[in-house]
Amino acid sequence: MPAVLRLGTRSQFLSSRVPVCSYMILVTASSHNLPIHLISCSRHDARGAYQRRSAVIPDNFAYFAPTTFSETWDLLQKHAGDAKLLAGGQSLIPLMKFRLATPAYLIDLRNVPGLDALEERDSSLVLGAMVTESTLEKSPLIKRRYAGIYDASAVVADPLVRNFATVGGNLAHADPANDHPAMMIALRAWVVAQSPRGQRELSVDDFLVDTLETALEPDEILTEIHVPQPTQHSGSAYVKFERKVGDYAIAAVGAQLTLDGGVCSQAGIGLTNVGPKALRATQAEAFMVGKQPTEDVLREAARLAANAAEPVADLRGPEEYKRAMVRTLTVRALRAAAQRAQAGA
Amino acid sequence: MTQHVKLTINGQPIEADIEPRLLLVHFIREVANLTGTHIGCDTTSCGACTVQINGVPAKSCTLFAVQMDGADIRTVEGLEQNGKLHPIQEGFFQEHGLQCGYCTPGMMMTAEAFLRENPNPTDDEIRHAISGNLCRCTGYVNIVKAIQHAAKAQREPQAAPTEAVEVTQ
Repeated sequence: MPAVLRLGTRSQFLSSRVPVCSYMILVTASSHNLPIHLISCSRHDARGAYQRRSAVIPDNFAYFAPTTFSETWDLLQKHAGDAKLLAGGQSLIPLMKFRLATPAYLIDLRNVPGLDALEERDSSLVLGAMVTESTLEKSPLIKRRYAGIYDASAVVADPLVRNFATVGGNLAHADPANDHPAMMIALRAWVVAQSPRGQRELSVDDFLVDTLETALEPDEILTEIHVPQPTQHSGSAYVKFERKVGDYAIAAVGAQLTLDGGVCSQAGIGLTNVGPKALRATQAEAFMVGKQPTEDVLREAARLAANAAEPVADLRGPEEYKRAMVRTLTVRALRAAAQRAQAGA
Repeated sequence: MTQHVKLTINGQPIEADIEPRLLLVHFIREVANLTGTHIGCDTTSCGACTVQINGVPAKSCTLFAVQMDGADIRTVEGLEQNGKLHPIQEGFFQEHGLQCGYCTPGMMMTAEAFLRENPNPTDDEIRHAISGNLCRCTGYVNIVKAIQHAAKAQREPQAAPTEAVEVTQ
């Protein structure tokens, strides 16, 4: 866990003067369901003393808005371990407001050029890390050829958040409740990370390490996401189940299918918010290969996907419920992906 | 530890020395003294703080003022022009699109931007567009009507259905 994201232990919260609520006590280094949208704070601290209500504002930090990669790397190297990159801020700033993240240095990428690509190039879709969810949601290319990405972007929070939230931030923040990781897993995407030492590419599976933790080195910037271009009979879909608009998922499933003569030759299935990070349903994927996407086949794949989930009971539901939802959503995501694949590109 | 920031709000330049952690909503309310933008939650959920940044609506409670250096911010106070209500404001007035009024500035800033992109929306498209703005009073029905009212007025400016309301200070 990076030092700047200090998910406190129970004793730290109890001894602090931050108003304590029942949900915050559950936040430990291994927790993966930060209920940011529904933290309800009691005005009494753990010792019962009444706390004056204060504004929810971050701890102090120094802010930089570099204009080149070189400047950005210098700042990251100088403040390694105590700095966070700022993209849209729509995941990071809420955490900072609750002081669950306390970087001493915030490095804003908004003025660094070259991070806003959205094009097909050399057999992949190239997405710049700073492309906003709104841009993805409104892109005809994405809707037509990468419908799963469109589906995922359209359900990230709400339209206002989507105007600033970025796809790179969504991946690099690596909250298990973020929507793009599971969809990018299903699409077999890879990410490009750049540092002064050069550039490296890693699969999304290797990129996502743990809750709020990626494989990025302290001085690396996630610059692009590459998605393999679909073949003529490929389809993808993302289905999210949320309690209300704007919420994190109770569970969500991203699916990708490639059909060859009506038979599945490749399948990708990613699961959101039912584990410490987005999960790949490997057995379900393997089961799909070589089979026609009939309802019976989808249902069996869904059963396997549900088995792969590692849900934790929380305010979004008990374990068995979430697992059952994975099962239902997998059928729906696979069905939609199959229909899109059959319709042809 | 302060930083100098320079931006415009409703066309008026403003600059100040502020802490980087100062949220945009607090800058607007406490440095610029424009209290039409409201704080309704602590969780980026309610949208009462919605303003437009270079024409794009966003939740000002989840952005830092320092990120806005050089930006052009528009708040609810900037809707009215020369004492005349903006069609959005007229719509909310005519269709009773508010009760307590707390969500209303946010609703209007979202709606104004939305209608620029989609001047002839369906009710469903409106509902989708305002899904980041929560209202506890109205049940959203009259809000949708208010936005449709504004959309129609903006599409047919000659056929103004009601008298324009003059705002006097």
